[in-house]
Amino acid sequence: MLDSALEILRLQSTGEASAVDVTEKVFESIESSESSINAFTHVDRDLALATAEAIDKKRRAGEPLGPLAGVPVAAKDVLCTKDMPTTCSSNMLRHFRPPYDATVIEKLRQADAVIVGKTNMDEFAMGASTETSAFGVTRNPWDTSRTPGGSSGGAAACVAAGNVPLSLGSDTGGSIRQPSGFCGVTGLKPTYGRVSRYGLVAFASSLDQIGPIGWSVPDVALLLQAISGFEPRDSTSLDREVPDYTSALQTSDLRGLRIGVLRDALEADGIDDQVRAAVHDAMQVFKSAGAELVDVNLPHSEYWVPTYYVIAPSEASSNLSRYDGAHYGHRATELDPDQVEQLGPLHATYCKSRGEGFGAEVKRRIMVGTYALSEGYADQYYNQALKARRLIKGDYDTAFTQADLLLGPVSPTPAFPLGEKVDDPIQMYLCDLFTVGANLAGIPAISLPAGLNSEGLPLAIQLQAPALQEARLLFAGAAYQTTTDHHQQRPNL
Amino acid sequence: MSIDGYPTETIIGLEVHVQLKTNTKLFCGCSTRFGAPANTQVCPVCLGLPGALPVMNEGAIDLAIRAGLALDCSIPPLTKWDRKQYFYPDLPKGYQISQFDLPICADGFIEIDNPDSPDQSRRIDILRAHLEEDAGKSMHDEATGRSESRIDLNRCGTPLLEIVSQPDMRSSTEAKLYLTELKLRMTHLGISDCEMQEGSLRVDANVNLHIDVDGKKIATPIVEIKNMNSFRAVERAIDYEIDRQYDEWEETGKTIHDMPKRTFGWDDSKERTFKQREKEESADYRYFPDPDLLPIRLPVERIEQARDGLGEMPAAIRTRLQGQYGIKPYDANVIVNQGRELIDYYEVVANNSGDGKRSSSWIQQDVLRTMNDLQCPVGDFPISAEKLGELLKRVSSGSLDNTRARDVFAHLLENDCTVEEAIEALGIVSVDGNELESLCQELLQSNPAVVEDYKGGKKQAIGSLIGQAKKKNPNANPQQVRETLLRIIDSI
Repeated sequence: MLDSALEILRLQSTGEASAVDVTEKVFESIESSESSINAFTHVDRDLALATAEAIDKKRRAGEPLGPLAGVPVAAKDVLCTKDMPTTCSSNMLRHFRPPYDATVIEKLRQADAVIVGKTNMDEFAMGASTETSAFGVTRNPWDTSRTPGGSSGGAAACVAAGNVPLSLGSDTGGSIRQPSGFCGVTGLKPTYGRVSRYGLVAFASSLDQIGPIGWSVPDVALLLQAISGFEPRDSTSLDREVPDYTSALQTSDLRGLRIGVLRDALEADGIDDQVRAAVHDAMQVFKSAGAELVDVNLPHSEYWVPTYYVIAPSEASSNLSRYDGAHYGHRATELDPDQVEQLGPLHATYCKSRGEGFGAEVKRRIMVGTYALSEGYADQYYNQALKARRLIKGDYDTAFTQADLLLGPVSPTPAFPLGEKVDDPIQMYLCDLFTVGANLAGIPAISLPAGLNSEGLPLAIQLQAPALQEARLLFAGAAYQTTTDHHQQRPNL
Repeated sequence: MSIDGYPTETIIGLEVHVQLKTNTKLFCGCSTRFGAPANTQVCPVCLGLPGALPVMNEGAIDLAIRAGLALDCSIPPLTKWDRKQYFYPDLPKGYQISQFDLPICADGFIEIDNPDSPDQSRRIDILRAHLEEDAGKSMHDEATGRSESRIDLNRCGTPLLEIVSQPDMRSSTEAKLYLTELKLRMTHLGISDCEMQEGSLRVDANVNLHIDVDGKKIATPIVEIKNMNSFRAVERAIDYEIDRQYDEWEETGKTIHDMPKRTFGWDDSKERTFKQREKEESADYRYFPDPDLLPIRLPVERIEQARDGLGEMPAAIRTRLQGQYGIKPYDANVIVNQGRELIDYYEVVANNSGDGKRSSSWIQQDVLRTMNDLQCPVGDFPISAEKLGELLKRVSSGSLDNTRARDVFAHLLENDCTVEEAIEALGIVSVDGNELESLCQELLQSNPAVVEDYKGGKKQAIGSLIGQAKKKNPNANPQQVRETLLRIIDSI
């Protein structure tokens, strides 16, 4: 079991451990857990050790070191890395190696982090269980018969399994927060535009955001600090100063903070009793820390999931058009003669390549999105969803006049058994019931471990904040973790 | 107009793509230079690699605003980017970033001369002009016998402005006039090179006929003609299509209601249009706002600043040249239509020579012809405007005749020297009065027959003596020789 990122930094600064020692431990840990968890699509021990050695050398030479010097980090396999494959857990990109690094990967390298590998995910980040991966399912370290959640299932599981202290996930409709909740770790989705998306393989461009996953709030703050900031290569990144996320986290005093409780969410159909109870417990924790609790409603929350499941597939259908077998990625070698006859060789190649390269869920979303954008249907679906999105944003604006943070559940249930929902898309989509709002509104949100249920499965709470108020989330999250020890519980592997 | 039967009216609308003269592409930093080896001017963004994101080139926005103002368009305060989706190998993202419902320019017009009535003008309305990225180039190698295609993505992402006219043109001549004026404005303002051969200006023509059958108007199916690589080809393609559509209608009776718009290509060598696609289906491009790019706000100040920077437009220059240099509308037209560089060249020549008419005729004949022979642009023309002005000043003052001036012109083309030096090198000296007098005397004495002929009324007989004088002394000024000869004959 690996230490926290802050502890690793301390050990290296005092000379108690080297970056190489830490990296060796990472790969011992991966070796022992990977066969049961399958959190990674790719690991590279030699590459990681070479990076660690270089960092140790710099330290010995007294050269300046980055803020994540020698800290092992795993990256979701949706982030482009020039020295490792970037597959999106899809057969389409099984052998794809980008010629460039994503901005966040560049930033990790600049911060002297040690990138140990790429983590498993739902194919093209479409799913809530990591079961749609072309590289096999990832299992929940707390109960390997259950899902770690998704789509950043590997990224959450590898932290929960103690392989690495930190990982990067991406969150389009809850893909950092839900798996973090299922795996009992801390995950933060930043404000849309806070972190550059350059090099994040697009699922739904207006919703995607990269964020950190770690055991605790201070670790997550450390990684968020390293990856945040304006970047000219992403037109949607925000040209706003990045505050110091890592300071003022040693507090349990929340006096003056108004926490809005999302009553409707707590009373929603299908929400698990123990999930609800965890939120009620958290209310008491915040109250005793001095926060003021107020009831808040987001009136259009019943439209969140339908709105999301029009906008996200619409954008996805466009973003995934580039995988046509012509330039890179999977290309069918044997064409269907009937298709060649009907469509000509070019379109037959497209059909067969895409037919073979994409899995069922990806195809489903491409078809839904194509339909929603089609002439004659766009007004009914896509344009209607854009209008609903504006109303949803408006709800948040109103809510944040009444409260500084919003408190609610992350998911309706704890981690569910593998196979339970994979053939029932609607049930799977309902996993996103409480998370997609933040994506539609572009605001930051954090998932915090909130204890274990009667079956020993992690429970979680979610805090949401106004745009660019990540520091507020971290502050409240740190206070919660100062007075609780939920985040210190570890699975028995 | 009538084609051996019912009277017809031709309806033409043009879609013109001009490549904007930016150094870099519309959404990345790759060069837009023409003619580089295939796939060398590419990056993750224009290759559409996973994870790459577009970043708008502000320079292209400025050029588009300039173009819009030059076409009398309105520029909206808010414009945006949309994705136009279709699959093709030269479109690596599977969508083209374009503009759908909020184009950067709308509702403009161009005035052209009315071909049927030279004193009047015709207004051709412009529906819209929008920005978009170019696709790559597909090269289908049918010669090898294999169905092999090669893709060059250098051009992919190059900024284009698509200028869509209303179907306001009524003949191929009007189409050509519209294109000429459009090109002039684009090149004049440095918006585009408009080289059809290099693809920096592309024209698609939508053509159909309104046939008047006993007072009832019948519209033929619309055809979009592509692949025309010169204005001449546009004219010929439209004319061909007019005949073809009439024949087709006579043969099949099919009207606009019986057939969707079809796409035809123009075969320049066979001088005919041909159907490009067998199956025509109306494409659904599923436009939607590109979530990777922000909407563009264009404050009034930015547009007004662009308007102030436009300077004098071609129509105003035509009028000014006529007034300032005393040249005819036709000559002003020829000069202005050659573009800004030639206008500047002309003005320097005219100012230095003090003779606007002579400058105009020399430039239209000698300069343009030589430029054409040398295939060189004005900027590279070997004789500077100052030099030519000095040369023509000597012609106007009578110290140099036209023939000798052409010799000097030819010498200046070949040698880097001053007009003075050229005159010296050619041994041109002015012939003094006595010398000329004795030369003429001598010629008249040895050609009595010419004198007789002249006196008998054959005035043109004197020409042969002028020719002989030039042979004997190349420096002799023909005008002065003539005057001297006549004076002597009259005194005999």
